[in-house]
Amino acid sequence: MVTKRIIPCLDVRNGRVVKGTNFEGIKDVADPVEMARLYNAAGADELVFYDITASFEGRALFTDILTQVASEIFIPLTVGGGINTLEDFDRVLKCGADKVSVNSGALKNPDLIPAAAQRYGDQCVVLSADVKRVNGQFRVFAKGGREDTGRDALDWIAWCTEHGAGEVCLNSIDTDGVRNGFDLEMLDAVAARVHVPIIASGGAGKKEDFLELFHHKGIDAGLAAGIFHQKLLSISDLKAYLNENGIEMRV
Amino acid sequence: MIAIIDYGVGNLFSLKSSLAHLGQEAVVTADPAVIRAADRLILPGVGAFGDAMAKLTATGLVPVIQEEAQKKPLLGICLGMQLLFEKSYEYGEHAGLGFVKGEVCPLEPDLADKTLKVPQIGWNALHILKDDPLFRYIREGEYVYYVHSYYGKHCVESTLAVSDYSLPVTGVVRAGKVYGTQFHPEKSGDTGLRILKAFSEL
Repeated sequence: MVTKRIIPCLDVRNGRVVKGTNFEGIKDVADPVEMARLYNAAGADELVFYDITASFEGRALFTDILTQVASEIFIPLTVGGGINTLEDFDRVLKCGADKVSVNSGALKNPDLIPAAAQRYGDQCVVLSADVKRVNGQFRVFAKGGREDTGRDALDWIAWCTEHGAGEVCLNSIDTDGVRNGFDLEMLDAVAARVHVPIIASGGAGKKEDFLELFHHKGIDAGLAAGIFHQKLLSISDLKAYLNENGIEMRV
Repeated sequence: MIAIIDYGVGNLFSLKSSLAHLGQEAVVTADPAVIRAADRLILPGVGAFGDAMAKLTATGLVPVIQEEAQKKPLLGICLGMQLLFEKSYEYGEHAGLGFVKGEVCPLEPDLADKTLKVPQIGWNALHILKDDPLFRYIREGEYVYYVHSYYGKHCVESTLAVSDYSLPVTGVVRAGKVYGTQFHPEKSGDTGLRILKAFSEL
């Protein structure tokens, strides 16, 4: 049966991984290519790269890194950050990305979702949503979680999946960085509304958090960054633990 | 030399890179002379069946592929595998290349477990039903990466391997020298590389 997936996320700025520390025995501790190699060897099921560079030079550096990773690592690669147009899709797909994650770009121009799905297929379009509770409602935030769009998150996510988003990466701003478990209430609410794969993001602190996550119906993958980068949790140990506890993993 | 048939469908970056990683010379081409000179052929593909078949037909390469596949190994990947079938029911009814007896049908109505999602996206264990030189370097139950909403059906004679998605999903088919994988070997990590290595030695 299809397995649950464990996905490390690498935020890249000016050619370096942000938050990338504590890699023993490696000179260039935050080199994204080196980190991708390590995660691949540890059994990561997929890699996500977010380009958080603002400059033109940084962007060129990012596509160079992506090309290098895609030339030697043969697992699915998802790329996000600064995806506003079909040309942006084209740019990263040509460098070896398999899926493209859109967030603010789709909030500014929702037509980007159906247009990209029509050109590249639903499987290529990942909706990334930053969601936070405001007055008892799940609201979508833009600009890296800084701006309340006023939109209802469940309606927004449902609309996107009905118009071509083949996967949803749900990042809970409320649990992000807290390391006290995923936002299961929010994830359940989204899983009840959509029928595409859901990637949970925000809040993972320990291996038990992933076990609890995968006991919730409709959640297909768990994504984390800092806890993997800082070696608080190794992907190979995590997958072995989940497998022993009845969650099928690629090990 | 391996000829990757270029008919304007799909992203060939990973496929080219994985073959290069294996030390295999691969050329992306729509030139009949190159296809005739190649030792092996790969038919890639993503997107919708009808559209892909129309594009392949428009290149004029179909008769060349039909002829060359009698002489040397051909591997269809993902939609490229589905094109090997007699027909598909994706958005209407479309004729395929007809190497593999059977048809391509939607997953959704055939799922025993309706909570499973379509497309199937992710890693699934490959169960080998008939041993084959293509599996020379892999073991029973290794994981491969799938992304698909349709699958090969009524193709028991040609099916070499399946994966469980509350129904046996056709994973690998073979008819003579023609092979197909529903999963992406070029995205299936080390397991996928070993399948491509075996293909390049057939």
